[in-house]
Amino acid sequence: MIRFLLKGLLRDRSRSFFPILIVSAGVALTVILYSYFNGVEIDAIRNYAVFATGHVKAMSRAYAEQAELIPNDLALLGVDSLMQDLETNYPQVRWTGRIRFGGLLDIPDENNETRIQGPVTGLAVDLFSVDTPEIDFLGLHRSLVQGKLPQSPGEVLIAEEYAGQLGLSAGSRVTLVSATMNGSLALENFLIAGTVRFGMAAMDRSAMIADIGDIRLALDMEDAAGEILGFFSDEIYKDEDAMAIAAEFNQAAPTDDEFAPVMYALSEQSDLRGMLQQTDSVIGMINGVFIAVMAMVLWNAGLMGTIRRYGEIGVRLAMGENKGSVYRSLILEALMIGFVGSLLGTAIGLGFAYLLQSKGIDAAGMMKSSNVMMSNVLRARITAGSFFVGFLPGLLAILLGTGLSGLSVYKRQTSQLFKELEV
Amino acid sequence: MADDNCIQTRDLVKDYSLGQQRVRALNHVTLNFVCGEFCGVVGPSGSGKTTLLNIMGSLDSPTSGRAIVLDRDIASLTHKEAAQLRNHHFGFIFQTFNLLPVYSVFENVEFPLLLLGYPASERKKMVLEALEWVKLTDKEKARPNQLSGGESQRVAVARAIVKKPKIVFADEPTANLDAQNSRHILNIMQSLNRQLQTTFIFSTHDEKVIQFLRRVVTLEDGRVTDDRVIENSGSES
Ligand SMILES: Nc1ncnc2c1ncn2[C@@H]1O[C@H](COP(=O)(O)OP(=O)(O)OP(=O)(O)O)[C@@H](O)[C@H]1O
Ligand SMILES: [Mg+2]
Repeated sequence: MIRFLLKGLLRDRSRSFFPILIVSAGVALTVILYSYFNGVEIDAIRNYAVFATGHVKAMSRAYAEQAELIPNDLALLGVDSLMQDLETNYPQVRWTGRIRFGGLLDIPDENNETRIQGPVTGLAVDLFSVDTPEIDFLGLHRSLVQGKLPQSPGEVLIAEEYAGQLGLSAGSRVTLVSATMNGSLALENFLIAGTVRFGMAAMDRSAMIADIGDIRLALDMEDAAGEILGFFSDEIYKDEDAMAIAAEFNQAAPTDDEFAPVMYALSEQSDLRGMLQQTDSVIGMINGVFIAVMAMVLWNAGLMGTIRRYGEIGVRLAMGENKGSVYRSLILEALMIGFVGSLLGTAIGLGFAYLLQSKGIDAAGMMKSSNVMMSNVLRARITAGSFFVGFLPGLLAILLGTGLSGLSVYKRQTSQLFKELEV
Repeated sequence: MADDNCIQTRDLVKDYSLGQQRVRALNHVTLNFVCGEFCGVVGPSGSGKTTLLNIMGSLDSPTSGRAIVLDRDIASLTHKEAAQLRNHHFGFIFQTFNLLPVYSVFENVEFPLLLLGYPASERKKMVLEALEWVKLTDKEKARPNQLSGGESQRVAVARAIVKKPKIVFADEPTANLDAQNSRHILNIMQSLNRQLQTTFIFSTHDEKVIQFLRRVVTLEDGRVTDDRVIENSGSES
């Protein structure tokens, strides 16, 4: 019987072509949008982790409370031994200390007088250890625009865009004006080794990347770090694991010492969790709308198809097929169409998603003033989910559509189906 | 010839409602058909022939009265039971052939056997045999739109008789055929009637068909006005 239905479907184009077209169009769109949101989400998580939150991050309790003010006077002390503890207790995580700092860049003219000044947001990371993971984490090689990466103390990187504004280039000398851990004035000269572009407005606006050793010296932060970031060694964020590590660590931490370290998972920091939930519900909504629209179109197509097939249905009833079996065969046909349509739509969708993954959409304009850690070029990301998301809506839509339109088989008297075939 | 009762109707009434009006299509029809009959229901258009055949064929149910077909009371059957009855024991032939357009001649004839769940090898044997009866073995791969009217109706005959049903209902089977094709079809049906003891019940107002019948029931305005056995018909019993 299935063979019989299949033959009918293959030979009667109008029975299969239009529904397949609708299903595959809907499924393709679902796959594309899913992959796109996926890409944005993965990109956002990665950026947040790399530039701000790590997969987990330890700070002093007091620092954590006002983290956005970068209160370096509340930074962690005794960082060397703390890092050693972390490495022994959580070997699946790579730990790295960082200092964020703010201040002014003072750029001298040829007479060593101030030519121009600008605010700067700094990130001090381990640039010079032999096994430092930071160069990779931050993608410094990839982001380098001119010059080279810092090779020796006193050399820094500066955002290309910002360098342009201040008239700086590789080889320029700048003075960082900031505050030490104790609140006194800090002045330190740096040589710009190169400029970088991260492709992310929040970082490209006024950022400086320096070695943590240099900044410890400049800001009087011996054996101190504002934050210690931890990254899973496979570089993939796993929320449950991160939460578990943070919880375990915090359990052991004294609760009465505001300088004692506390740990947070990525999702506990920033507004990322809300954003992730939002994308999930947007995807859900889009799916719902697609299912409803597709089902409605397919319902209509199904109605016309059934009317066109009253003759066939009448004959089949006359030959002793019962209504239930005719109805089931319509549903079965729908399932086959839905499956083929979903398959086709998924293939088409993956094709476009792949294009979006390799080319991306340039959203630089949208990101100009954004503080969100989102790349300027938004790329789709094909994951295992991309292969499956389309099937449920595809099959559901055609099942709904056919299920509703096929009810007319039940509503009609058998002999009435006949009258319609006698004309 | 077996003369056990095949179909009995008692005071069969069928009313249709047309808006406010009620149309009485069958008015107390009482008839008896024995198995193996080759019988026609004739009468002017609108006299109730199709309605009568549809009820006896379990495609429709009567408003009142009874129709007992192969010992089953049509009015009391569920949809499923009626479908079962048609599936196992009835064949239908229509004025407009009603072949399934997307399927080949072979597949059209095969369909009732699929419903009955015959295995493929047996189906093939039975379909070829049925096509042999209607002399269409050379067209088994053709599609309905590649057939003439006469050939199409022969396929419909093959489809109706392939499962060797007890009764074949044929509603104006020759109305769309020319004289020669009509005769051809009737010859085939007549020989099947003889060889397989299949009961044939026609509705018709075609003189050519009437010549072949061994019994003619006349309906007028939903009533039986005449019921006679024709001694000197085209068949000898
Ligand atoms: N579904 C229906 N609704 C209302 N009236 C109907 C319906 N079907 C049949 N009738 C009426 O019942 C009467 C008998 O119809 P039927 O189709 O049985 O006639 P017939 O003898 O087969 O006619 P014909 O020779 O033209 O095929 C007619 O008056 C017809 O108008
Ligand atoms: Mg009629």
